[in-house]
Amino acid sequence: MMSALTDLTIAEAGSLLTKGEISAVDLADAHIAAMEAEAELNAFITPTPERAREMAAAADASRARGEAGLLNGIPLAAKDLFCTEGILTTAGSHILQGFEPVYESTVSENLWQAGAVLLGKTNLDEFAMGSSNVTSHYGPVKNPWGRAVGRDLVPGGSSGGSAAAVAARIALGAVGTDTGGSIRQPAAFSGIVGMKPTYGRCSRWGIVAFASSLDQAGPLTRTVQDAAIMLRAMASHDPKDSTSVDRSVPDYEAALTGDVRGLRVGVPAEYRLDGMPAEIEALWQQGITWMRDAGAEIVEVSLPLTKYALPCYYIVAPAEASSNLARYDGMRFGLRVDGADLTDTYESTRAAGFGAEVKRRVMIGTYVLSAGYYDAYYLKAQKVRSRIGEDFEAAFGRCDVLLTPTAPSAAFTIGERQDDPILMYLNDVFTVPANLAGLPGISVPAGLDREGLPLGLQIIGRAFDEETMFRAAGVLETAADFTAKPPAL
Amino acid sequence: MALDKADVLHIARLARIRVAAEDLEGIASDLNHIIDWVEQLGEVETDTTAPMTSVVQMALKTRDDVVGDGGYADKVLANAPETADGFFVVPKVIE
Amino acid sequence: MTGAALIKGHTGDWEVVIGLEVHAHVVSESKLFSAAATTFGAAPNSQVSLVDAAMPGMLPVINMHCVRQAVRTGLGLNAKINLHSVFDRKNYFYPDLPQGYQISQFKQPVVGEGVVVIDMPSGEPREIGIERLHLEQDAGKSLHDQHSTKSYIDLNRAGVALMEIVSKPDMRSADEAAAYLTKMRSILRYLGTCDGNMQEGSMRADVNVSVRRPGTALGTRCEIKNVNSIRFVRQAIEVESWRQVEILEDGGSIDQETRLFDPDKGETRAMRSKEESHDYRYFPDPDLLPLEFDQSFVDDLRAGLPELPDAKKARFVSEYALSEYDAGVLVVERETAAYYEAVVDGEGAGCDPKLAANWVISELFGRLNREGKTIAESPVSATQLSGLIKLVEDDTISGRIAKDVFAQMFETGTDAAAIVAAKGLKQITDSGAIEAAVEKVIQASPEQAVQFREGNQKVAGWFVGQVMKATQGKANPKLVNEILKKKLGG
Ligand SMILES: [Mg+2]
Ligand SMILES: [Zn+2]
Repeated sequence: MMSALTDLTIAEAGSLLTKGEISAVDLADAHIAAMEAEAELNAFITPTPERAREMAAAADASRARGEAGLLNGIPLAAKDLFCTEGILTTAGSHILQGFEPVYESTVSENLWQAGAVLLGKTNLDEFAMGSSNVTSHYGPVKNPWGRAVGRDLVPGGSSGGSAAAVAARIALGAVGTDTGGSIRQPAAFSGIVGMKPTYGRCSRWGIVAFASSLDQAGPLTRTVQDAAIMLRAMASHDPKDSTSVDRSVPDYEAALTGDVRGLRVGVPAEYRLDGMPAEIEALWQQGITWMRDAGAEIVEVSLPLTKYALPCYYIVAPAEASSNLARYDGMRFGLRVDGADLTDTYESTRAAGFGAEVKRRVMIGTYVLSAGYYDAYYLKAQKVRSRIGEDFEAAFGRCDVLLTPTAPSAAFTIGERQDDPILMYLNDVFTVPANLAGLPGISVPAGLDREGLPLGLQIIGRAFDEETMFRAAGVLETAADFTAKPPAL
Repeated sequence: MALDKADVLHIARLARIRVAAEDLEGIASDLNHIIDWVEQLGEVETDTTAPMTSVVQMALKTRDDVVGDGGYADKVLANAPETADGFFVVPKVIE
Repeated sequence: MTGAALIKGHTGDWEVVIGLEVHAHVVSESKLFSAAATTFGAAPNSQVSLVDAAMPGMLPVINMHCVRQAVRTGLGLNAKINLHSVFDRKNYFYPDLPQGYQISQFKQPVVGEGVVVIDMPSGEPREIGIERLHLEQDAGKSLHDQHSTKSYIDLNRAGVALMEIVSKPDMRSADEAAAYLTKMRSILRYLGTCDGNMQEGSMRADVNVSVRRPGTALGTRCEIKNVNSIRFVRQAIEVESWRQVEILEDGGSIDQETRLFDPDKGETRAMRSKEESHDYRYFPDPDLLPLEFDQSFVDDLRAGLPELPDAKKARFVSEYALSEYDAGVLVVERETAAYYEAVVDGEGAGCDPKLAANWVISELFGRLNREGKTIAESPVSATQLSGLIKLVEDDTISGRIAKDVFAQMFETGTDAAAIVAAKGLKQITDSGAIEAAVEKVIQASPEQAVQFREGNQKVAGWFVGQVMKATQGKANPKLVNEILKKKLGG
């Protein structure tokens, strides 16, 4: 029974709850048990089983009153980047040691308002800076698919704990954030669905900021339908976020018609990278075939600046981060390491509180904004970013969605690609452009590599056209019929 | 443009991150590696391009001048490493 | 160059060059980017939102009223309004700066170049250029005297909207700087965009001072931070310009640096904390979009501006035939000007404008000053003062009696007419009664009468005084003079 409950999709669980065949408390208990059983994955920094049971009981009670929300009784995990009232929130960093927010992020509040149940706060790369979840102060997360190959694999990152929790059947879904691919890439590595909405669709209020102009919250789920359900609950117009858009939230689930006849699917030639593994290329071709077979029209499009997206990102994101992370100074919250004087206290606190990757990015960001270098680096990058946006606009003049691989490889071994930051950064080569242009993107599990590890394909949509993106992703999902699961413990 | 140890020290000071002397060399080489790589942006023609100011089309959101927040010093101070009499307490500031 | 007060060094003359950066708190209920209150003097950290405390994940949302206030101020400074401006982050670490950056406007401020006319005692107007005005957040407050090794931080002020108004280096003396600040404060108060209260820190000035040989290129400047009274600005400029002259005359050179003015010691000194070579790493705040509005927004604000001091002064001169000086004094404060106008032609009031100006400036201001009261606290209303002046105008009372009546009005708040009636102070205009009084005085003082006839003017005055005394000051002085002349044949 327990494994059956944790194998449900959100849609299935919702319908069983509605019919009264299961209770939210049963569902929560099954997932709490799974969370405990799978502790070795290190997917959670702070499990909240007590909170989960209370929320589940409250969900059952509100259902009994006839007040069930969209996610009533659905047990979810939240990346530990979402501030949660009264619950330790760390951003995977030592510097937020002991920090218990007195407020709840808008996105998580929206979920609880919809009746969802919090299982715990998931592990992540420190301040969401990473693609492997190895930069967390709380240690790396293991990808449950590692069991398939007998090695400890990364789950991807930065939403690695969220991805692992969903893949390992600990949570029916999870919320993550995606700044350069941090939802989509771990989803691909973990054989699940991960979706980044259009910038401005979900409020950033109460989410620990990494790079303000790129960060966006989104769902990690096991099906496209579940992602559509979750996004509807997460998205809102938030007057507290100046970049949150004032548009009504559509019923994304209703967009999943399964019909892509006549849909123009763009295939960007420049995503065909030198040295791309043949398996990735083959999967991409397979995806193109699936879409064509479903009645879509395949269009070759050009995104000429694709190769410049990553270097552009590695100027813009660290610059914003260097400023966003200035508030972690040991004065008002979190870690303080006392020094001889004020400056010494600042420097000691931040030296002890930040890990190597965060320091590296803060220093890069500080450098590219500093006197004499701003124009050459930051301003230049923002100009290149404009051009990348224009390229997408031109492409979307010829097609309705884009189809690309999600990541250039399957999950790799923990400890690999550690020595060269750029090698690590290359993980996000296919996901970063959508962040730079603010576009919605979704990764759908589409196949296994020769070792039996999952690979994902990505659909990128027009700004605020998540519906078309979901519709295409749904068709891709059906065609791929990805049923593989990571081996259970 | 290659950063030397002195540059790294300057950047680290601006960022208020202590770096041990023996680490400066390694960090300089790390940063130079990344900077060399991002410099390929120089190949992109941007003479007539305006820098991106907002990633999606929208107007700046505004508020009316109404008081509707604050009044909870206890919450503001709840996570502070040190407080006294309703103040944050920090190492002495030298003007 | 007018207005230059040269410093006489022992190697020759030096000219002082001054530019001011005024930080003015915007009059608003809530902060620039949060909904916390802005009132002064609240308990520590009680007017702090999670945004002001820079809690993780907190985001700014702009208070549009503050934008309107900045634009109105720009219009009041005859400045160019920029329809497109950008909020940048100015990055530096300081415990009273919770975000680790100040949201400010760097490359594209909301207001561009303008001009302020200052009023110098010489009466010659001087134009001082405005470089720009931008909106930014204020920082919190650090208390350094609570503990020997710690500072206490109160964030109540953190995030309050400031207008930074930067002048061009157009001032040439401490007097001009003082006149500029006075005028700036006057304009801001007229507009209601800043209360100008320097004691409470609502208005502060950074003073840039350099010296040079007249007619040569600008010298190296020092910035004296956060001077909080006009008197101190004047003093700071004087001591700083002398300090620089002495260094230069001794063959030294000036270091460009930030200094503090110590009013107790009467000196400026370099700040000990030199920020990391002032590399603020400005970049557009990615949490905010550019600030954009259209010309009609500006036009509407312009249409709603009050009459400003310069226009009011010109009108007082032309409409009421006041001297430039009197008009200038009356328009410094909007409330004073309004009071004056109410005396001259308010409802139920109305009197001679020149008489009214004299009464307001010398009697009313003098008395209010002595009592430490503002015009709003005046016990004598404009209508009442007008009533008093009318009694002088129509010869009901003499000017001398009027001063006594005014004193009583100030004490009791009673109308002038009532005091005059109750105390029988009405002027004697009956020539028979005055003649009788004159006769009496002449009879009692034969010697003086002789001197008078011989043309001694001093004695003439003495006679008038005696008659006035005999009538308790109520005799009409003009009649007294006439009758004296008639009786003594002078
Ligand atoms: Mg200044
Ligand atoms: Zn300023």
